[in-house]
Amino acid sequence: MIWDLLIAALLVISGLFGLIGAFGLLKLRAPMQRLHAPTKATTVGVGAALLASAGTAVLVGDAPWQEAMVAVFLFLTAPLTALYLAKAHLHGTVDRKGLPPTGTGSDWAGFTPPPQE
Amino acid sequence: MMRRLYPHPYLSLLLVMVWLLLVNRLALGSLVMAAFLATVIPLLTSAYWPARPRLQSPMRLVAYVALVVWDIILANIQVAVIVLFKPADQIRSAWITVPLDLTSPEAITLLAGTITMTPGTITADFSADGQALLIHALHAPDPDAVRDDIKARYEDRLKRIFI
Repeated sequence: MIWDLLIAALLVISGLFGLIGAFGLLKLRAPMQRLHAPTKATTVGVGAALLASAGTAVLVGDAPWQEAMVAVFLFLTAPLTALYLAKAHLHGTVDRKGLPPTGTGSDWAGFTPPPQE
Repeated sequence: MMRRLYPHPYLSLLLVMVWLLLVNRLALGSLVMAAFLATVIPLLTSAYWPARPRLQSPMRLVAYVALVVWDIILANIQVAVIVLFKPADQIRSAWITVPLDLTSPEAITLLAGTITMTPGTITADFSADGQALLIHALHAPDPDAVRDDIKARYEDRLKRIFI
């Protein structure tokens, strides 16, 4: 009974954070700001859904290994997706003058020509 | 000989484990497939990853992961509050340069990933000489404080984990 309630609560949390992520996408104005809402809200959203799934698996006597794997791959891929989107945005639309200096000898990698062979 | 066949032994072990967990049952066929992947993938990727990462204290890495998971949960609530209740024209976004003391590529990758997953910050670029990260903060009235917080909370711990 208490476990059922816990799993139900996790599912509600999951849906709520998914909704907030989508709402953020709608509300925020600049493209870089929009990147924040979905990348973050979905981590807890999907995480809570995974916990609920793992909890159900344990209740019916299965081991929640696959949920653990989904979580691992989520943590590995979410930062990469965000980085690729940010880099594509920097490359296409952002003026170099709008960015701070690196403070090192060379410029940001996205604004440096590739090394010659 | 073994070293040439298995340039990254821990990666090979990890691949065997991940494959067996993905198929979710222990059979000879999956074990053969796991061994095949654990041999081929490190060989094919070793050209892009020549050196082995060296860990100073693996136990600290576990503590670090726990800290980051906790921060991710807090970050989600913070970002959710900003998204829900802050008027769009009051959100102060900023680009921030984070100078790096870390030199190990694996440590820098981990730091960049951590920044993206935690409080309202995203790693956007990297200086060409590998000595600074460019990050974007969703709401940062004081950008210097964000930079100092990242250096003290995450980079300092990573410095002790990786050599």
